[in-house]
Amino acid sequence: MSVLTADAKVRRIIADFPILQRPTSRGKRLVYLDSAATSQKPQVVIDSLVEYYSQYNANIHRGVYEIAERATAAFEKARETVAAFFNAQTQEIIWTRNTTEAINLVSHSWGQQNVRRGDAILVTQLEHHSNLVPWQVLAETTGAELRFIPVDDRGVHVLDNIDALLDGCKLVALSQVSNSLGTIAPLDTIIPRAHAAGALVMVDGAQAAPNMPVDLKALDADFYALSAHKMCGPTGIGVLYGKRELLEAMPPFLTGGDMIRKVEYAKSTYNDLPWKFEAGTSNVADAIAFAVAVEYLNGIGMEWVREHERQLVGYALDRLQTLEERGLSIYGPRDPDRIGDVISFNFGDVHSHDLASILDTEGICVRAGHHCTMPLMEKMGWPATARASFYIYNTEEDIDALVTGIEKAARVFKI
Amino acid sequence: MDDFYRDYILDHYRNPRNFGKLDRVDASAEDLNPLCGDQIRMELKLNNRGQVEDVKFSGKGCAISQASASMLTESIKGKSLSEIAKLPKEAVLENVGIGISPTRMKCAMLGLKVLKSAAIGELAAWPDEN
Ligand SMILES: Cc1ncc(COP(=O)(O)O)c(C=O)c1O
Repeated sequence: MSVLTADAKVRRIIADFPILQRPTSRGKRLVYLDSAATSQKPQVVIDSLVEYYSQYNANIHRGVYEIAERATAAFEKARETVAAFFNAQTQEIIWTRNTTEAINLVSHSWGQQNVRRGDAILVTQLEHHSNLVPWQVLAETTGAELRFIPVDDRGVHVLDNIDALLDGCKLVALSQVSNSLGTIAPLDTIIPRAHAAGALVMVDGAQAAPNMPVDLKALDADFYALSAHKMCGPTGIGVLYGKRELLEAMPPFLTGGDMIRKVEYAKSTYNDLPWKFEAGTSNVADAIAFAVAVEYLNGIGMEWVREHERQLVGYALDRLQTLEERGLSIYGPRDPDRIGDVISFNFGDVHSHDLASILDTEGICVRAGHHCTMPLMEKMGWPATARASFYIYNTEEDIDALVTGIEKAARVFKI
Repeated sequence: MDDFYRDYILDHYRNPRNFGKLDRVDASAEDLNPLCGDQIRMELKLNNRGQVEDVKFSGKGCAISQASASMLTESIKGKSLSEIAKLPKEAVLENVGIGISPTRMKCAMLGLKVLKSAAIGELAAWPDEN
């Protein structure tokens, strides 16, 4: 038995996830290799949701009775927990529905206030549609220019022309980890260079926050977006982090209840941070459960999470390489130190959807398609790819199962 | 689902029939399945009685979408546009029916959807939705 499969820590983690104890309808062990799409949830997170709805469900902030006070306190405590986890100030943590909404908040509120015709917005060729379309819309409505940091054929950022790209640039928006190829962006280089050129930086942390330690103060990004559901939390809750002075200067995004200080018939004044950006009844249960998820990850240790995934990626690359001579193409950086949590590949003339369907018969869940990065697929000339992604509960056995599954696809397709 | 990939399906996937473009096109349509990015274009040439004289399809995608479209093109010569517009989903299922999971059903139906779109001159509904 290999080191990882023997690791008692992983066994204990697996035991925390009820879905991983259930066989598939074909009686197979569930081999979940799609955590980049959404992670599974540990029992403590599920319990937190049940506890909220069965013990203290009430609307927050203005209720004066006991359960409303308990709900308000838990909701605001959740913000503190999440802020501490990412080393941010509590007021800098705005609840959103997900990464996509967090990015839209910035593109609308900050973008409409600060971006003008003749300015440039810089993204990369790797971006998820969620970190591309909002900037396309902003460029279109303001007359700004949308520019791209190129990537090479392994999906690695090419920074040769970065100074020219940053010239006249108001904002750089990029993902810390690519959800299609796993590439880790060189933020240590890009963020200081962008700041020196007078641009702000918005980081799409959807694939980084779940998988590695993120210290927002040290990172020095101006905005950072993430989704709870990719890091053991529930769906429907995400975070926009913004530097306080920037958030304070920004106009509200959505308006209505909860985000106001005083309302008259003709005009209103707005609430303080963070509530200025949280119009309407918040997602109370999920915010509280997200804090439980974050505490769960804290207990495991994000350094450990990163190292575990680095080893899994290394093992997966080694195993998958053995299939290259039979027609497997592996995309992305090929170096576990430069890859977050995903590996993309294609097998011979088997379309990734057919490959995923055959793997599914063995209980193996992988994603197939364009991974919300259609322009990248087009640039690389791939119609689609299959993508395996790893998380805290995955083991070398899961990767062995993947390899066996691909061999089955080879038999089915007579390769 | 692995039962699906029988020899003749793989054959239609790897050697699609009626694949390509027509020199004269009387009716055509194309569409994609946003789930997988499968794309199919269908071109029809009609005789003077309004029946399909020739058909060609082109596109790319998974074995299910491409083999289904290929097999469909083999069964429509001589049909009128109004007959094509009324084709039921069984026109595809009797060729490829076994073991397609619900999400992959759209892949199987894409060719039929595009063919019906060509016949009615506007985008048709998914055949499994009517
Ligand atoms: C890099 C990246 N950005 C943005 C998103 C969008 O996340 P959500 O759908 O939770 O808004 C994802 C999720 O797939 C992602 O991987």
